[in-house]
Amino acid sequence: MGEQGRRTPLYDEHVALGARMVDFAGWQMPVQYAGIIEEHTAVRDAVGIFDVSHMGEFRVFGFEAKDALQRLFTNDLDRIDALGTALYTVMCDEDGGIIDDLIVYHTGDLEYLIVVNAANREVDWDWITSHLPETVEAVDESDRTALIAVQGPGAMAVLRELAGSGWEPPARFAIGEAKLDGTPVLVARTGYTGEDGAEIVCHESHAVGIWRALLSFPEATPCGLGARDTLRLEMGYPLYGSDMDRGTDPVTAGLGWVVPKAKTGYIGAEAIARVREAGRTHALVGMTVSEGVPRHGYPVLHGGTEVGKVASGTFSPTLGHGIATAYVPVELSTPGTELEIGIRRKVIPAVVAKPPFVKSTSLSAVGS
Amino acid sequence: MYPKELKYDREHEWVRMDGDVATIGISDFAQDQLGEVVYVDLPSVGDVVSTGESFGEVESVKSVSELFSPVSGEIVEVNSELDDAPELVNNDSYGDGWMIKVKVDNLSEVDALMDADSYEAYLAEEA
Repeated sequence: MGEQGRRTPLYDEHVALGARMVDFAGWQMPVQYAGIIEEHTAVRDAVGIFDVSHMGEFRVFGFEAKDALQRLFTNDLDRIDALGTALYTVMCDEDGGIIDDLIVYHTGDLEYLIVVNAANREVDWDWITSHLPETVEAVDESDRTALIAVQGPGAMAVLRELAGSGWEPPARFAIGEAKLDGTPVLVARTGYTGEDGAEIVCHESHAVGIWRALLSFPEATPCGLGARDTLRLEMGYPLYGSDMDRGTDPVTAGLGWVVPKAKTGYIGAEAIARVREAGRTHALVGMTVSEGVPRHGYPVLHGGTEVGKVASGTFSPTLGHGIATAYVPVELSTPGTELEIGIRRKVIPAVVAKPPFVKSTSLSAVGS
Repeated sequence: MYPKELKYDREHEWVRMDGDVATIGISDFAQDQLGEVVYVDLPSVGDVVSTGESFGEVESVKSVSELFSPVSGEIVEVNSELDDAPELVNNDSYGDGWMIKVKVDNLSEVDALMDADSYEAYLAEEA
């Protein structure tokens, strides 16, 4: 456990809470405090608080901002013409390879906020800025911005309490201003857990104050990256670097829904159209196992022959068994297909299942 | 945290002797490092284990660790409770979280293991 690596503004808070710190994409991040399962359960049942300040935030603005982003992103920004709305998308290269997956928020007139994966921050910045016309300005806000996720069925009640009466929380997948405990922030009704909740964007100098205010609620539990991973995989949310990378196109990755067929003129459009026309050869599927814990890189077998590798794998605390994703040949991708996973010395039966693995959460109530 | 009546090996297993039968589990240090245990893979009664060889695996959400036998001999009992309650390894690592019982071939092997004080010194060195 090295001490090198970048620190978020909440580093000292994590250490004081007894977190186990690990390196993640060059950052010193908490993997767990009390324990992954306990934190996972806190998010499914009550409220979990996550420091995700390692993620990157870019602000893009100017008269041609929308057009410029339309060219960079596969998803259609017409869907977020209304101020305060948000969109999940991927950004591809000319070959259709996924550079990153991200959320773009329409935060103001001619202005967008983009939140990207920590590991891709530099690559994304270089790619985006090298493709912007002179009429569009971009600012990398990452260093001065903290991001704190508040997730769980009780998350919005905590935020209402901190924001005070008269605050109207943003709708699902929308973003709005708030004053939390007197501090001006943006509250985005988004997350990576499958539960209702929000992600708070604030100036880094206010991160500790907001973090402590959130944890002053008895129902709130600090949660690390370990629980973040089990929560997102239970929902089948893909993780960049495990479920997709520059060598994967969004159709094969099961992200065709963020690549509207009618949209053209974005980087990668021709390559993706070719994949659609030819038909993908492999697909990212979900799998469940009754024993053992599948992990990234384990072989996926069909009748004893290797047909793929586990992309993401973990133990599902909610379901009490192992869950995984893997790229397999399309003919083996139908739910119910019986495969096997090589879990070290053993070959364990696995069944293809359509994510989400956990069907009912507090998000089911507000709609996703 | 490290009961005096037990012996320990460098792979963080503990041994409790009763006659020539060794009960084996993992130390408090090992269970803490692993985090919440979700799965324990153990051998069968009648299997033979050898000193330093893997006899099974213990998995937490984040990681998997091999279990190494501190002694050689025949397995006379395995803790089947762990199938349904692997968390016993965390909650009671020296008690209900035990893993296997081995009829030890050579009792001098047990004498060669670390006592609690030596094990704590070993941990301090490792950390």
